Amino acid sequence: MAERTYLQAISDGLRQEMRRDKRVFVIGEDVGVYGGAFKVTLGFQEEFGAWRVIDAPLSETAIVGGCTGAALMGMRPVAEMQFADFVSCAWDHLVTVAAKQFYRAGTPVPMVVRLPSGGGFSGGPFHSQNPESSFAHIPGLKCVCPATPEDAKGLLATAIEDPNPVLYFEHKHLYRRLKAEVPEERYTIPFGEARTHRVGEDISVITWGAMVHTADEAAEELAKEDVSVEVVDLRTVMPWDRKAVLASVEKTSKVLVLHEDTRTGGFGAEIAATIAEEAFESLDAPVKRIAAPDSPVPFSPPLEKAFIPQVETVASGLRELAAY
Amino acid sequence: MATGTIIDVVMPQMGVSVSEGTIVKWLKSEGETIEADEALLEISTDKVDTEVPSPGTGVVAKILVHEGETVDVGTKLAEIAPEGAGPAVAEPEPAVEPEPAAEPEPAVEPELAPEPATAAAAAEADAPSSAESPGPAAPAAPAVPAETPAPAAAGDSSENGKSFVSPVVARIAAEHGVDVGTIQGTGQGGRVTKKDILAFIESGPAPAPAAPPEAAPTEAEPVAPAAPTEPSAQPTAPPVIANAQPQAAGTGETLEPMNAMRRGIAEHMRRSLDTAAHVTSAIEVDMSKVVAIREKLKASYQKDYGVNPTYLAFVGRAAVDTLHDYPWINGELRDDQIVTRNYVNLGIAVELADGKGLIVPVIKNAEGLNLLGLARSITDIAARARDKKLLPDDVQGGTFTITNPGGYGTFHGTPVISQPQAGILGTYALVKRPWVVQDALGNDVLAIRPIMNITLTYDHRLVDGALAGRFLHDVREKLQSWGEDRY
Repeated sequence: MAERTYLQAISDGLRQEMRRDKRVFVIGEDVGVYGGAFKVTLGFQEEFGAWRVIDAPLSETAIVGGCTGAALMGMRPVAEMQFADFVSCAWDHLVTVAAKQFYRAGTPVPMVVRLPSGGGFSGGPFHSQNPESSFAHIPGLKCVCPATPEDAKGLLATAIEDPNPVLYFEHKHLYRRLKAEVPEERYTIPFGEARTHRVGEDISVITWGAMVHTADEAAEELAKEDVSVEVVDLRTVMPWDRKAVLASVEKTSKVLVLHEDTRTGGFGAEIAATIAEEAFESLDAPVKRIAAPDSPVPFSPPLEKAFIPQVETVASGLRELAAY
Repeated sequence: MATGTIIDVVMPQMGVSVSEGTIVKWLKSEGETIEADEALLEISTDKVDTEVPSPGTGVVAKILVHEGETVDVGTKLAEIAPEGAGPAVAEPEPAVEPEPAAEPEPAVEPELAPEPATAAAAAEADAPSSAESPGPAAPAAPAVPAETPAPAAAGDSSENGKSFVSPVVARIAAEHGVDVGTIQGTGQGGRVTKKDILAFIESGPAPAPAAPPEAAPTEAEPVAPAAPTEPSAQPTAPPVIANAQPQAAGTGETLEPMNAMRRGIAEHMRRSLDTAAHVTSAIEVDMSKVVAIREKLKASYQKDYGVNPTYLAFVGRAAVDTLHDYPWINGELRDDQIVTRNYVNLGIAVELADGKGLIVPVIKNAEGLNLLGLARSITDIAARARDKKLLPDDVQGGTFTITNPGGYGTFHGTPVISQPQAGILGTYALVKRPWVVQDALGNDVLAIRPIMNITLTYDHRLVDGALAGRFLHDVREKLQSWGEDRY
């Protein structure tokens, strides 16, 4: 095992898949010569050639449309959106075509769209969003949100192998901040299986992506106050691991659903509603949500700090639940 | 004809935290006429006993809750029918009732039919996407159908409804046959949390059901671990949850329900001892000067104001004065903050006439009252307490309390602090004792002096022993040096 950053783990995983399967190719803005805006595909063009590492024009519509076609023809395209925010240009191809193709015609669309998402670096409203809940709402799309280098690599392999269109949300704030042991050999992590990031007894936090670490830090705070917090990392938002969530709720009876995306209609609402429906008799407190407020992501660092759930916010939410 | 004009009498809210009240006595019976604001009934709550005035003029049409019953605040107790409307009260009801029962049901039933069809259609529509998938997995396949937990009879557990019972607590209570109302809650607002109920169940049965009659009367000793005579009779093994069912009275015993006040006192005394670290210090006070001045004032106070300057008023006056220098004794521990005040709301413990109960009305801003004012206030609240005329406000907001159990000759006691206060002063019997004093030449001589023991029971979490001692010392000095100027 080697220590790899979250970003290196994605890069390694992608390279491994491309070496293993000739159908896999990469397309996106500046992914080739430049090596990608965040350097995930640095050196890829040298190794795999310009036909498998394609610099696309500035058109997400073209990229996703092209990938959909290629996938239908048997390829395994991996598209990179320079920022997840730009995927809205490709909404129609993803939602109307790719997501429904198999349902309509029985022809699978094995495609991965990589979406560098999330804030925390003053990127403002066009470069910081977490649009996973919009796509999780679309039947036929899968949404992956890894929180650790190991998961990032294993889930990418699963995504590429999956016969459905998969949106792979990689959190920019974790790119170089996280470093951990990652197996060098190829491995896959199944979709729909949550990971208990931290075992606890008193309160469950259900979250994913960068918020896993925010929750973990907050849990550390609460541990000093003798409150034991469990952090469940969903890893994939669609499909999501209801069983693991309900089991954790059954154990602790108090739940905080946490995400970086805005609150209203965020995927946390779906989780909270499911808990209310299926675990009502296990609850000892109202299900609590902490999420970003319903506003575009601000540029200003202090405003952005107020916008993205911080460790203190989560800790105080947990304290409220503990006291309830 | 009387519809809409019937006036409901409900159990009033006699203070923020009061949730129920007991009907002590109906002062009017059904059919009697009553004026608005005329006393209709007497109630007892854990804060005050009081009369409830009629909300309107008319005839007492119906009494719905009988004497001795305890009901929640807001419960309808009676109906007042405006004059002339009386007998009509009962009529409309039977007329309405039969109708709604029959009709709606058949109307609903046909609607059930289409449902299965819709469901089938939906299932069919689903099929192609999920059933025949040689390659791709079904998009967003639903998770394993969740098992529906067995329905638990939730609602029935806490009839007192004093705080919210969460779903999980309701379920656990139902599964174990536990009455949530008997568990001490540690959650928000005293709510019983999952942990509380699990701990309660784990701690085993509450005092087991009455022991078999043969064993009971003689053996008061603690059970010796040796005696292996009747292991089966020992109620130790099966963790049966005591149902808090009232036990039957034994021979020679009489059972009587606790009224709201007694329950309130019981709860408060227990809570106070569980909260504060009670310590009592006592001091002996030579009351010669007070006795002399009181003798002097008594006649004129009676004549001019109709007020008796009791010893309690003197002690109260000295205590209130002294509290000014000891803010913590007039203070409170609130979470991890120490609260002090620039006023004294002086609680006076008053025994009720029947000897069954005690109430602590509060004299607000006692620091602003001179001896006459304090004596008058004490007379006033004591009378109103005994006549059940106290208002909720009269028993709230105390910052320090005086209790005066010395009337029967007791010379010492350790009263319980009224939460959340930090201290309670006890005054005891005024007794003539041989007392060593110094004569004019500075020689010790024996004199006969009226001596009163005064105690301060204080919360040692906030008040240290030395501070309490200094406080008592200062109270004593004030009483022993009482001059006529200090009225």
